[in-house]
Amino acid sequence: MPLESEEDKAVVAALEQQVPQAIVAIKQAVDGPQVEIAPKLIVPVCRYLKDVAGFERISAVTGVDWWPRDPRFEVVYFLHGVRTNKRLRLLVRVSDEQEVDSVTSVWRGANWYEREVFDLFGVRFRNHPYLERIMMPTDWEGHPLRKDYPVHGHKYSYRDE
Amino acid sequence: MKEGDSQLASIDAEQELKSPDPSGFEPLSTPGRRMTLNMGPQHPSTHGVLRVLLELDGETILNARPEIGYLHTGIEKQCEAEKYQQVVPLTDRVDYLANLCNNTCYALAVERLLGLEIPPFAQWMRVLLNEAQRISSHLVWLGTHALDIGAMSVYFYCFREREEILKVFEMFSGQRMMTSYIRPGGLALEPPRGWHKVMTAVIDRMAKGIDEYHELLAANPIWVNRTKGVGGLPLEDMLDLGVTGPMLRAAGLKIDTRKDCPYSSYEKFDFEVPTREANDVYARFEVRMEEMRQSVRICRQALEGMPSGPWRADAPGILLPDREKMKTQMESLIYHFKIVTEGYRVPEGSVYQVIESPRGELAYYVVSNGTANPHRVFMRTPSFGNLQSLGEMLEGVLIADSIAAMGSMDFVLGDVDR
Repeated sequence: MPLESEEDKAVVAALEQQVPQAIVAIKQAVDGPQVEIAPKLIVPVCRYLKDVAGFERISAVTGVDWWPRDPRFEVVYFLHGVRTNKRLRLLVRVSDEQEVDSVTSVWRGANWYEREVFDLFGVRFRNHPYLERIMMPTDWEGHPLRKDYPVHGHKYSYRDE
Repeated sequence: MKEGDSQLASIDAEQELKSPDPSGFEPLSTPGRRMTLNMGPQHPSTHGVLRVLLELDGETILNARPEIGYLHTGIEKQCEAEKYQQVVPLTDRVDYLANLCNNTCYALAVERLLGLEIPPFAQWMRVLLNEAQRISSHLVWLGTHALDIGAMSVYFYCFREREEILKVFEMFSGQRMMTSYIRPGGLALEPPRGWHKVMTAVIDRMAKGIDEYHELLAANPIWVNRTKGVGGLPLEDMLDLGVTGPMLRAAGLKIDTRKDCPYSSYEKFDFEVPTREANDVYARFEVRMEEMRQSVRICRQALEGMPSGPWRADAPGILLPDREKMKTQMESLIYHFKIVTEGYRVPEGSVYQVIESPRGELAYYVVSNGTANPHRVFMRTPSFGNLQSLGEMLEGVLIADSIAAMGSMDFVLGDVDR
C-alpha cells in the first residue's frame, strides 16, 4: 500500500536504503506506516533507527497472536522520536518456539515490555537481561494471551493447589 | 504445606534475590547492617499492590527491584472476548483515576478504524471532561503524596474538592468514577439540563482551590526539605527507560501529546505545557500544580466557546438509536437489536492511538480482524513505563526519600497491571 505523508515516506525510504535486506513488507495503517522487519535483523534496524533516524524512545513492545495462522505471533514495536515528533511501527513475525533478539540493548525501556510478551505469549527474547514472568505468578503454566488459552483459564479454581 | 500455612512463609527473599538479575543484586557476603526487605505488596504508601524488593544498608537503599502483577486481572484478554462497545467499561477500570481519559483513547482508536467523524460539540465535551478528569486525578495524587510525606490535611482538602468533580460526573453519567461516558461515536448520553452552570461553578471553585493548596505546601520548610533534590534521574535515562508525562516535563523536556499530536480538537485550545529544570520531587509537584491551572484554563475556554450540535456521530449501524425511536420505528428497533446482539463490524486494520493521560503517554493499540470482537487491545499505560525506572531511581536513596519519589511518580497499579 502506498505511504501517505511525505515524512513517513522519507523515514521509510531512509530505512530501506540503510538496511534493504531487513524489510519484508511496508503497510500503511490508519495512523502511519507499519514496517515488517526480518526477525534476525531487528536489532541492527533498531540501532539505526535510534542512533541515526532519531527515534530516541520506544513507546511499547507487544504481541498479537494470529493462531492458527503460521507464523502465529507478531511482535510489534512502537517507536517515538521525541525531538522530531515522529512515530513508527515495526513488526516481526515469529512462530511458536522461535526466538527474537531483545532490543533492550538499544532501548532499556523495552525490558518490561518484552517480559510481558514472554509472560503472556511465550515468545522468548535472546539476550534479555532478566526474562522472567512479570504479570502472572512465577510458577504459572501456560501463556494467557494466546488464542488457544481460554478466557477464564484452565481450571475452575486455582485456590487449592 | 499444611492447611493454614501462609504461602509467604515458603518464599525466601534472599534466595529470590540470588537469581541472576544483573540489575545489581549480589549474594550478601558480609553480615551486618545489610538487610533484604519487602516493601509491599501491602503497604500504605506504595499506592496499590506493588512489591518492591529492597536491599538495604541501614536506611539506605542499595538496590530496589519492583515486582508487579498483583492487580493483573486480564483486561486485555477479556477485551478479545467482548464486542467493541462492551470493551468501554473495561477501559474505565484500567486506570481507575483517569477513567474518561482511557475511554477517550479507546473511543478515538475505534473511531479511526471505523472512519467516523465526530461532531465538534462531542469533541469539545470530550476535552472538557478529560481536563476535569485530569484535575480530579491530580487532586488524588496531591492528597496521597502529601499524606505519605506527612501533610495529612492536604489529603482532606483535595478529596473535598474532588467530590465536586465526582458529583458533576455523576450528573452526566450516573456514575462517579467508572463513567463509561465517552464511547466510540461520541458521548454515552446527552449532557443533562443545566450542566453548563454546574460545571462553571465547579471549575471556578477549583481555580481558587489550586492556589490555596499550592500555597499550603510550596514554601513549607518541611515540604521543601523532603522534596527538593530527591528522586531525580537524568533525562536521557528516563527517556531510555520509557518514562513519560510530568516526570519528563519536570526535567525540562517540553513534551505533551496534546500539543505534539493533537486529538479531539485540542489544537483549538490555548494552553501551555509547564516545565521545570530541577528534575526532583519538588519540580514534579510544581509541574502538576501548573498542569491543574492549565486544565482550568482549557475548561474555561471549552465552557465559553462550546459549539452546539449533535452529541454523537451519525452512524445508525454503530450507535444505539434514541430510545423513543426504538420503541416506535421498525428500523430503529432492528438496528438496536443488531447492535446489541451481534455488535458492529470494524474493518480490518490496526491503530496506535496516543493521548496524554494525567500520568503520561497513554496509547491503545487496537487490532481488528473484520469481526465484531477486537482481535487485540493492547493498553500502553504510562504507569507501566514510569515504574520501570523505579529501580534506578531508588539507588542510594533513603527509604523516606523513596516514599517521596514513588509518590512523585504518580503510578496507579490498575494502569501498571491491567
